[in-house]
Amino acid sequence: MKYTEEHEWLRAEDDLIVVGITEHATTQLGDIVFVELPEVGMTVVKDEEIVVIESVKAASDIMAPIDGEIVEVNDALTDNPSLANEDAIGGGWFFKIKPSDPSQMDNMMDEAAYNKLIA
Amino acid sequence: MSDLLHTPLHDLHVELGAKMVPFAGYSMPVQYPLGVMGEHTHCRIKAGLFDVSHMGQVIVKGADYATAASALETLIPVDILGLRENRQRYGFFTNDAGGIMDDLMLANRGDHVFVVVNAACKIADIAHMTAKLDAVTVTEITDRALLALQGPSAEGVLSALDPRAADMRFMDIATLSIAGAEAWVSRSGYTGEDGYEISVPAEQAVDVARALLAHDDVEPIGLGARDSLRLEAGLCLYGQDMDDGLNPVEASLTWAIQKVRRTDGARAGGFPGADIILKALEKGVARHRVGLKPEGRAPMRQGVPLFETADSETQIGFVTSGGFGPSVGGPVAMGIVADSLHKSGTVLYGELRGKRLPLTVTPLPFIPANFKR
Repeated sequence: MKYTEEHEWLRAEDDLIVVGITEHATTQLGDIVFVELPEVGMTVVKDEEIVVIESVKAASDIMAPIDGEIVEVNDALTDNPSLANEDAIGGGWFFKIKPSDPSQMDNMMDEAAYNKLIA
Repeated sequence: MSDLLHTPLHDLHVELGAKMVPFAGYSMPVQYPLGVMGEHTHCRIKAGLFDVSHMGQVIVKGADYATAASALETLIPVDILGLRENRQRYGFFTNDAGGIMDDLMLANRGDHVFVVVNAACKIADIAHMTAKLDAVTVTEITDRALLALQGPSAEGVLSALDPRAADMRFMDIATLSIAGAEAWVSRSGYTGEDGYEISVPAEQAVDVARALLAHDDVEPIGLGARDSLRLEAGLCLYGQDMDDGLNPVEASLTWAIQKVRRTDGARAGGFPGADIILKALEKGVARHRVGLKPEGRAPMRQGVPLFETADSETQIGFVTSGGFGPSVGGPVAMGIVADSLHKSGTVLYGELRGKRLPLTVTPLPFIPANFKR
């Protein structure tokens, strides 16, 4: 698993990358009540804002962690946004992306480095 | 941050694991470990304890109650003179333009009027009363904390500490003895639930709070859930749903202006902006505060512009408060909309992140009020 400074996690699944946000992020955001996901088939560029999350406190944007094409989104999360709080690194995933340049992940944090960031 | 004021319950909030935030010059709990959603739901089902000690508690006293009440009626367009002893009433200060300077609660306490005002406005309110009122003294009570116990279990919890709490009806006020403290208790609140607001001496506030929290049904509730509870109850927040640029008729608060203060009433007018407000009552106004229910799941928050159709160019209103309503199970909002578009059932469009999304004008409150009348 890799992590970004924006508190996203990335997990390889065959030739796709599954993306979500960390438990630390969902705890900070509080109860999540709305998630707007990107459209399947959309080509995205690293750092482009592609997900809107609203918690009971405020709205926040989640950016594409890498370049690529969105191939699947988690519709269960749209229907039940609290999944992101309850199972941030499992059932609360956001989207699957087909990376156009997998080397963009090389410099991302591993779990130890991320834990140090949020300590 | 060190210049933030602390309420007498500050250390208890920290002990209970609250996340503290600056609010109206005070360090206040925005949420506890239960979280906003859990706190909100708990308060609707059982009972919640709120620290509202940041609010202003003021005693206005004259030669007798009538002197103080008559003086306050020169600043507030409600029937204060006719308020029976140990009864409470909602009101607001108006300005010369007919706008609202702050909203407040007033109570007839026999020989004085007990006034509770918003934290953010209290310095201005007290200065306003002191400058404008003759023949009365205006005293801010700085040595008492203010707690709120709200929810269907509130009566059982408080009456276990003083059985007289159960005899009170909505908007009654009485002096009770709670955990050894002389408590000025009103049966009112800001959640749409039955409950009480409890003023106690600062040095006994922690004991009172602990006595209430000792009950299994009571959880501490932060400002986050306080906001979603009052929004679902359709209750205005000063500075958002009403302000000094909006008159009480536009703010849909005409119910708070009793007949005796309106045109042809025995004590008609005589408050700041009376000509404008009384004319607005007779002739109507160009905009109104309404409830708004977004159709999708996306919350529409304060400031979202409103339009008549999905592509019309002229803005016809704006959201004044909005968010997720945990008991409604979806987004809820209030806003100001142009006259003729304010009728319940009217579909309007809010512009959110560049997209027009439908919302429906909806009667307030969003959840039925649960008062003991």
